[in-house]
Amino acid sequence: MTMATTTALTTAPARTRAGSGLWRAIRGNRKALAGTVILFVFTLIALFPGLFTSVDDPSELAFEPRLEPSTAHLLGTTGLGQDIYSQLIHGTRESLVIAVVAGALATVLSVLVGVSAAYLGGIADDLLSLLTNVVLVIPAFPLVIILAKYAGTGSLAVILAVLVFTGWSYGANQLRAQALSLRNREFLESARARGERRSYIIVREVLPTMTSLIVANFLGAALYSLLTAAGLQFLGLGDPNSESWGTMLYWAQNQQALQTGLPLWSLAPGLCVALLGVAFALVNYAFDEIGNPALRPVRRRRKRA
Amino acid sequence: MRFILRRLGFFVLTLWAALTLNFFIPRFMPGDPVDALIVRTRGRVTRESLEGMLTSFGFKPDTNLLVQYLDYLGHMFTGDWGRSIGQTLGEPVTSLIGGALPWTLGLVGITTVLAFLLGAFIGTVAGWRRGGTLDAILPPIFVVTSALPYFWVGLLLILVFSEWTGGLLPSNFNYDTSIVPGFSPGFVGSVLTHAILPAATLLITTIGGWILTMRNNMITTLAEDYVRMARAKGLNPRRIMYAYAARNAVLPNLAGFAMSLGFVISGAILIEYVFNYPGVGYLLYNSVQNVDYPLMQALFMLFTVAVLVALLIVDIATVWLDPRARAKG
Repeated sequence: MTMATTTALTTAPARTRAGSGLWRAIRGNRKALAGTVILFVFTLIALFPGLFTSVDDPSELAFEPRLEPSTAHLLGTTGLGQDIYSQLIHGTRESLVIAVVAGALATVLSVLVGVSAAYLGGIADDLLSLLTNVVLVIPAFPLVIILAKYAGTGSLAVILAVLVFTGWSYGANQLRAQALSLRNREFLESARARGERRSYIIVREVLPTMTSLIVANFLGAALYSLLTAAGLQFLGLGDPNSESWGTMLYWAQNQQALQTGLPLWSLAPGLCVALLGVAFALVNYAFDEIGNPALRPVRRRRKRA
Repeated sequence: MRFILRRLGFFVLTLWAALTLNFFIPRFMPGDPVDALIVRTRGRVTRESLEGMLTSFGFKPDTNLLVQYLDYLGHMFTGDWGRSIGQTLGEPVTSLIGGALPWTLGLVGITTVLAFLLGAFIGTVAGWRRGGTLDAILPPIFVVTSALPYFWVGLLLILVFSEWTGGLLPSNFNYDTSIVPGFSPGFVGSVLTHAILPAATLLITTIGGWILTMRNNMITTLAEDYVRMARAKGLNPRRIMYAYAARNAVLPNLAGFAMSLGFVISGAILIEYVFNYPGVGYLLYNSVQNVDYPLMQALFMLFTVAVLVALLIVDIATVWLDPRARAKG
């Protein structure tokens, strides 16, 4: 297994084989495999909710409230009379979209700020680093709450904007540090000596070298967005009519699901958030292991005892 | 000296940015305190009298925004934080915060320090015994726990330890309100039992991060030449583990620890909300819900100052622990 991953890494630059190398790396790492499978299942559910449930409008109070789990209602019904299982299925899309879109946008912002700070240097670097550090230090969650409350009904766009605004700074710091360490490498020197344009150097030479850190940042930002959005919606600062796991948690808390004997209403959506979060974290951790072989689990070959 | 000046400059600038954000965000967005009050009094009090009341508490929406802004900055620094215009109408902001802060510091502060110390210790042992039982079990478990949503773990604990066990551990408020506060054994016991579930929630979700980073730092540090040198000299393994490896491995974690200490007073909003624990996080949630500008502004400033002070302390601590940082100066 170790052999396979190292060859995969060394052949990665050969563009034709990069995809298969990545797949082999994932398959060889149990954590990465588990994370990828969970992500794949949730993506499938988000794309085709109709395949998994026959209920079209899960918010409608169509059933008798407080039903026990049965074959008709796998997880029972809510205190208001909705099918919990179909709410979970339909809620997957919004939760996944928030995580992925906010994570991706925050990563793009991190790359833009971090890499240009490192590459431009001088006063531009000073200003951009200062901006990054200021945003990094300002307490994010209170700010998120204040922003979400005042931006109105907590529509999807507002939540996304708030998450991106507070989520990019950590990555920008890391990317800047790595880009700085790359600056004086020989392959960039030679690109400059060839007379390549700056934009070409950044896009074709610098960014591909930083891919693994960028991916790790994306996964971290997606996890942050998922948990923060769920927390916001749980507090009632999202759109209470939206279909998402966080909104389910809000209604469950609002109707005192735990205290009135409907624990599944509250636990099931939380478990989904946790599972998706774990998937991001597992893939992220596995990426660390693939990139840094020293961290990989040691096969136990104990001779003594 | 230049280093300290730079840090101080950063301190002031960040504080100013946070204060400015906090002044303009509520004012440029829809919703205002008068409307919120009208809703709360169900329209029984006229708009004019409500406005008059708010003005007497120092809320002057009609004056020039720039004047308001300068006034606000001045008040923030002199500690004249005004009176609450939300649910706790008329109460001085300082006394509201003073009542809530000790609870948060006690609960979240102690738990954060505990999580860091325990996590660093477990991480050290796991990294030292590379490939041992601990090292095989811990990483996957804590990758999972560090990705769990705080509040959900809280709900889970409430269900198991409070609902299913018939109220074995309390899950609501910070002490039993039927007991008169004081230094009686009953009251202290009540405070402690009320802290167990929220503290456990925080510990479970934060300790994993410390264990994993400490383990990974240990592994990197153990490959250093000075550790091999110490081994070659035949030093006591315990001494190598703590004084050589762990001391160096903990350095990169210190900044993170400082940040999390700074975030202590703001970071546990969700936990305090789930457990109805009347700390500053819960106070902030309420102030936002009730459009209580003065309280919100004071809290937000407090949160930012806490992080900044923690960062300053860690800068000093790093210089103290790491001679290399001292030489760079």
